[in-house]
Amino acid sequence: MANINDNKDSKSHSMGLHSEALKGRTQQVFFNPEEDENYYYYGAYDVDFNKRTEIDATELSCKDLNDKIKNAMSNGYGTVVVKNPQGKHSLGVGILNKLNLIFEGSLGYFGVGSIDGPIVRISGRVGWSCAENMMSGKVVIEKNAGSCFGAAIRGGDLICKGSVGARTGIDMKGGTIIIGGDAGAFTGFMMQRGRMVILGDVGENLGDSMYDGTIYVGGSIKSLGSDAVESELTELDKSWLKRKLKVAEIGSDFDISKMKKIVAGKKLWNYDALEPAERKGAI
Amino acid sequence: MCGIAGLIHKNKTVNIGKELEDMLQALKHRGPDSTGFALYGEGENNSYIMRFKVGENVKEGSSASNEGDEVYDARKAQVDKYLGELGAEVVSEDQITPYSFKYIINYDKDLMEFSKKIESVEMTEILSIGKSLELVKDIGDAGVVSKQYGLDKIRGTHAIGHTRMATESGVDIRSAHPFWGYPFSDVSVVHNGQLTNYWNNRRALENKGMRFMSQCDSELIAVYLAEKMRKGVSLEDGMRDSLSELDGVFTYLVATKDSLGMAKDTMAAKPMVLYESDDLVALGSEEIAIRTLLPQEIDTHDPYDGEVKVWQI
Repeated sequence: MANINDNKDSKSHSMGLHSEALKGRTQQVFFNPEEDENYYYYGAYDVDFNKRTEIDATELSCKDLNDKIKNAMSNGYGTVVVKNPQGKHSLGVGILNKLNLIFEGSLGYFGVGSIDGPIVRISGRVGWSCAENMMSGKVVIEKNAGSCFGAAIRGGDLICKGSVGARTGIDMKGGTIIIGGDAGAFTGFMMQRGRMVILGDVGENLGDSMYDGTIYVGGSIKSLGSDAVESELTELDKSWLKRKLKVAEIGSDFDISKMKKIVAGKKLWNYDALEPAERKGAI
Repeated sequence: MCGIAGLIHKNKTVNIGKELEDMLQALKHRGPDSTGFALYGEGENNSYIMRFKVGENVKEGSSASNEGDEVYDARKAQVDKYLGELGAEVVSEDQITPYSFKYIINYDKDLMEFSKKIESVEMTEILSIGKSLELVKDIGDAGVVSKQYGLDKIRGTHAIGHTRMATESGVDIRSAHPFWGYPFSDVSVVHNGQLTNYWNNRRALENKGMRFMSQCDSELIAVYLAEKMRKGVSLEDGMRDSLSELDGVFTYLVATKDSLGMAKDTMAAKPMVLYESDDLVALGSEEIAIRTLLPQEIDTHDPYDGEVKVWQI
């Protein structure tokens, strides 16, 4: 009887299908923190935080304003103040650079989305999907925020001193979201990594279908979603919360010991079986 | 994606047509197909204001077919005849477009019977009847519709409006919002979202004698609330019932002669931004609509899932 397997190996080898040697589970290369050049995007601007400029957004379209911010960075301005944003959409998006960006007023939908690096302060309110896909940096909003706040963020600190709408931190993959007020329904929906702190009350289905990550709640929880369970608040948690709230300049008089800690109650075995570095790649 | 907006001034009368026009124009990108206004004005000496149409706008983009002015004239003559038979006194009449009219009438009998008779004329639809309400909708953006109907001169206390992106039904006036809360005077509704139990509810309501003029799922909300009110349920309670009895994702606004209400579904899937002060409440699918009234820095927030709010003038 012919050896079918041998025949298959022979054919596939002759076709060159086995020329690549597979080693380990991934070939992904991760950044080495020692190599600081990896923290800068190719073509990022060298800006000086002491160099300041102001832009009036009253008569500008979203594209025109974003072009002006980019132009300011290319001229070395490290602090950009935007006046009169008046609730316009998609302002301050796609900034992959160090920058102090200050909005004097409110933003509409998709404000400061897909950013990596800037420190943003917004004196007003933000609409839906603020800081979506944020990679790093810090965003502070003084008033309220709409739904899908911090959707799919991967890093950085996203802070809203007021209340936020539904689906806050949906699909969150890293970083920290801190809310000074209340949060709506489906907060932390499909959360995969990172931490969320809500000092006020939370609506229905908190942490629904979350894979991983931690949600801390200071007020009442209307209901937990499927897969979300309450866990013990450890001293390590308290220490982290105290430090993080101080850095975020929020809730300085808040009694951290009364906070509830919500985590994923369902183990996703394939996900957990990955090495830590590989998990990072998977999400 | 559609855009909805509303505002209510609590202690004064303003140029409400112009204010709503500006809000809706800011939401044009959410719905370019048609625009509708429900304006609550100062009234006409306690007479009814009836807005009705006898045909459709057939300009570019419309899904309606051209019928001709003679046809419209014949239908209008039939409406006039029926008004006489119903005992309605026509105080004044304005022809705004070849197919659209505004009548001031005196009538003191049942509005449902009245409406059935008038709407038995082919292609005729009463857009609104009210002591205060004037409901106008047509193809085009807010600026186009407002100019066509002279809405920027209408003064009043409150209003709701809609910019429509046609998804569930054609680009025509009958599918445009707002919808009148037939057969109640001065009730109107605008909606952003999708209702997934439309046909079940429609069949049930039609069996109770309620009428639907379009195949737009949003019309269900107006008819649903009207049926609740017909049974003696308050507007606010009816709105609360709608959160569990209507399936789908929705945020809607409803207005009556002296109030404006908002309801948001339990998933909070459709946007709404709210500004509240002692004198003014303004709502819009996006904050830029409110900014047309209040360009200065203001505090706004998103109402939460399952929230129902009603404000009085």
